[in-house]
Amino acid sequence: MAKKKFVVGCFDDEAVLFPAVKKVRTAGYKIHDVYTPFPVHGLDHAMGLRETSLHTAGFIYGITGTTTALSCISWIFTKDWPLNIGGKPHFALPAWIPITFELTVLFAAVGMVLTFCYLCQLAPFVKKHHFHARATDDLFVMVIECTAKTNEADLQGFLNSIGAKEVNVQEAEADWWFGRYDQEQQLIRDTKVEVA
Amino acid sequence: MASIREQFEIPGKMKTWALGLIAVGVLAMIIGLVTKGMGDEHEKTVFIGTLMYNSLFFMLICNASMFFICATTLAMGGWQVVFRRIPEAISTLVPIFGGIAWVVLMYIVFIDHNHHIYHWLSEEAKTDHILSGKLGFLNPVFFLIWTTLAIGLWIILGAKMRKLSSEADEAALRGEEPGKSFVWRNTVSASLFIVWFALTVGSTVPWLWMMSIDAHWYSTMYSWYTFASSFVAGMSLIALFVIYLKNKGYLEYTNQEHLHDIGKFMFAFSIFWTYLWFSQYMLIWYANIPEETIYFKTRVQGPYKGLFFLNLIINFVCPILILMKRSAKRNYTLMTFMAVLIIFGHWIDFHQMVMGSLSKEHVTLGWLDFGIAAFFIGMIILFTGRALAKKPLVPKYHPFLKESVIHHT
Repeated sequence: MAKKKFVVGCFDDEAVLFPAVKKVRTAGYKIHDVYTPFPVHGLDHAMGLRETSLHTAGFIYGITGTTTALSCISWIFTKDWPLNIGGKPHFALPAWIPITFELTVLFAAVGMVLTFCYLCQLAPFVKKHHFHARATDDLFVMVIECTAKTNEADLQGFLNSIGAKEVNVQEAEADWWFGRYDQEQQLIRDTKVEVA
Repeated sequence: MASIREQFEIPGKMKTWALGLIAVGVLAMIIGLVTKGMGDEHEKTVFIGTLMYNSLFFMLICNASMFFICATTLAMGGWQVVFRRIPEAISTLVPIFGGIAWVVLMYIVFIDHNHHIYHWLSEEAKTDHILSGKLGFLNPVFFLIWTTLAIGLWIILGAKMRKLSSEADEAALRGEEPGKSFVWRNTVSASLFIVWFALTVGSTVPWLWMMSIDAHWYSTMYSWYTFASSFVAGMSLIALFVIYLKNKGYLEYTNQEHLHDIGKFMFAFSIFWTYLWFSQYMLIWYANIPEETIYFKTRVQGPYKGLFFLNLIINFVCPILILMKRSAKRNYTLMTFMAVLIIFGHWIDFHQMVMGSLSKEHVTLGWLDFGIAAFFIGMIILFTGRALAKKPLVPKYHPFLKESVIHHT
């Protein structure tokens, strides 16, 4: 667990946010993340995030499901416990296709949900720092990580100049931690936010 | 707006190719008529059957373009607006191919009385206890009325949609009220087409034209199977023309985002086709009733075995493996390759659906099939090109144009 210093700029308009993201990146600052109340199309592209590999994972899970189903059923029906069902051959591929399909979908779906939770660090009792409570309501919150070279005052002024409505500096836990929300000592609504 | 090239001019090469293909096709047809069409009963049946499945296939894939327009219109889709003049242009082939198919079908039923193709035309059908129950549906009069109605209403309702689309070139469509009325009138005529499409391609017409070749046999999946086959090939045809025009420097507003969605249609409906293929096959395989398995006898165990599995590989394995990746659907070269492959695959599919019942002893796929297909492909290139040149490529005042231009997949 390491605390880091962040400069937070809040925007209230998508149209301002997009050029701001571009300008911040051009200026060489490292964007930690942008928190938005709803999914914003193209923001990932503007932030320069790489394509998610979730679908590749999904494909691998699906293939795993297919192989599991086919190998399992074929072993059972041809080697382990051959049964005569309706006079069909033991290796009755068409009859297995529906189950193979179901298992492919099941593996892909469950696997992708779990991978998604893992990639987004979502799990019961996993907590992360909230930079601004209104990020879930009506503010687009851009969080910039400070390095040793970052001049916070300059950066805050820069964010103001590119359209941020609210700017502050926060020292916060960058990673997730285990905890329970009802036992948090300081509730988010009581958090004092420095306003520049 | 003024700077974009929105008026298509037919390149000389396109015309040469189209006329060349048509000439090859006509030549093949004449040679076929002399060598096969004048031969014995079986040779004659093969010749007419080849003509029949080609004309039906190419008519249905052109009609699928109009289905695409109407389905997206009804779904209030906006993304297709920048290239919707292409399916429109392809659908102008329906009257031409519809006419050819009509002539071929009527020749079989009324002039040739070919009971090798339609067994229900023969005298013994009246005493056959299975066929006599079907004769209310499978008889020449109903065949004539329903075929004429089906093709005729596709032509009329399709022309109505194209006429409505021309309004989007006029500035009078600007503004909220004219736009709303335009969308509403489009919705009404698209629904009319869709309902008629469901009553024909979605159900009766494939039974009447193709399934009745195996007059004793039936499958409840058959019409949907035919529809899926023709629709996925139709989407591929649209993709080919989009890519062609894009290469020629037209369609500035159409980009990878639109190609991606066309690719999704090709991918999804390939899977849908497989689903129907399997639903038809597995139930028959499982029940194993002789009057049902007879359809698959020549195809899975007989001479059509190779084509049968080739069909599955081209139309299922290739699309699912190649088109699955996002980058593949956005790649012009790969999409061209897949579109050609899918059209070829479903042409093969139609071949085995019809010829598998007409020529049970040996596969007849050969120069005649490819020659006649060349004729239809040449016709598609020639008349689609002409139709494209008649209207601006982008419906400038379509209410959903902006939505289409900024489309993001």
